[in-house]
Amino acid sequence: MLVTEILSSLLLIAGAIFFLAGTVGLLRFPDVYTRLHALTKADNVGLGLVVAGLVLQAESWTVAGKLLLIWLLVLLASASIAHLVAKAARKKGIELWK
Amino acid sequence: MTLLQLMFDTLLGFSLLWLAWQALTSPDLFRAIVLFIAFGLLMALTWIRLDAPDVAMAEASIGAGLTGALLLSALARLGSKNGSRAILEKKHQAGSMTENTKNQLPFRLLLMVLLLAVAAGLVYVVLTLPENIPGLGILVEENLESSGVSNPVTAVLLNYRGYDTLLELSVLLLTLLGVWSLGDMTKQHESFPGPVLSTLSRLLVPLLIMAAGYLLWVGAHAPGGAFQAGSLLGAAGVLLLLAGWRPGTRLAGLPLRISLVLGVAAFVAAGMVFILLGRQFLEYPPSFAGVLILLIEAAATLSIGITLAALFLGGRPKFSQPKFSRPKLNQPKSSQPKFRRHK
Repeated sequence: MLVTEILSSLLLIAGAIFFLAGTVGLLRFPDVYTRLHALTKADNVGLGLVVAGLVLQAESWTVAGKLLLIWLLVLLASASIAHLVAKAARKKGIELWK
Repeated sequence: MTLLQLMFDTLLGFSLLWLAWQALTSPDLFRAIVLFIAFGLLMALTWIRLDAPDVAMAEASIGAGLTGALLLSALARLGSKNGSRAILEKKHQAGSMTENTKNQLPFRLLLMVLLLAVAAGLVYVVLTLPENIPGLGILVEENLESSGVSNPVTAVLLNYRGYDTLLELSVLLLTLLGVWSLGDMTKQHESFPGPVLSTLSRLLVPLLIMAAGYLLWVGAHAPGGAFQAGSLLGAAGVLLLLAGWRPGTRLAGLPLRISLVLGVAAFVAAGMVFILLGRQFLEYPPSFAGVLILLIEAAATLSIGITLAALFLGGRPKFSQPKFSRPKLNQPKSSQPKFRRHK
């Protein structure tokens, strides 16, 4: 019991660090493409770690399955939306940051 | 309440106020809408903290999601982002002119008096509320068995105060009629949005429909219900419209209208039948109540979803009688998926 709790806490903290890094990247990176990079990569891994941490504490398999489903859906949505935002930005003619 | 929870709630409360203020005062309309969506999501989190998951779901899906999408599409109609800013700045200049201000002064004073009266009334009501009243919660719990469902929220919405929900459905329908009276849909042609959005919509729409069905079913004994399920259906519709799909012209006539009024019609019919049987309007016999509520909710879910998607469409879809040619397929041949590379 204790081992899973420690492992779960470590995963949650690691996830929070990824979220923090993604947010800092969103705020500090110079243009829309690099911001997208920071946001989607970091948030996907961050959410994955948080979900993994929560799955360890889940009461039943259904809860664990729902949590994993949330992660998969967010992966799908955020990857697609990052692509769409980047495409719209290219179409609008926003230059790449050098 | 632990210290951590208190800190979280305080942070949440202040974030809400800050976001609301920023959304109201932002001169950039796009920014204001994004802030409004963020406000809606935090509001949903607040409802979760207040132990109201039903409201949280409705807030996240309707308040943040669909209203946000509607506002964004309205902004797109206003013209470019800069155009809307120009409108706003023009208004701002007009407002700052002394002559206008003088003309508006009586109205502003009247507005202030009215607002102060409302605020004073609210303060008076809050101050005179008796303390430690149990509310209607006990009454609801005592009569839960005869309502046909075991989720108290659904019992209140669909049984005890069914006419409120009936009127809400009617308001939604009236809104759509208002939008439709402004004119026809501007463009009817379909477009292929590119492989990513197309794949996303193909993957998500079946999932959304399934989730809507689940929420509708689960509403009888857990958080969920017609509005939450309907907003998921509406979201699926918005996604399809964004992905370039358009309702076939053959469906835009009677089939669309029937599905729009289905919810209100089922509700009224269920209420009327029991008047004929010597009961009150919307007074269901306990033995049928569960089935009836599920039927009404199923009809309402369909109507709410289609109404919300139709609102996003923005105008009355043109209806044409099917002629000799077959109705257009969902994807014109000329715009098959092309994996074009932008240079």
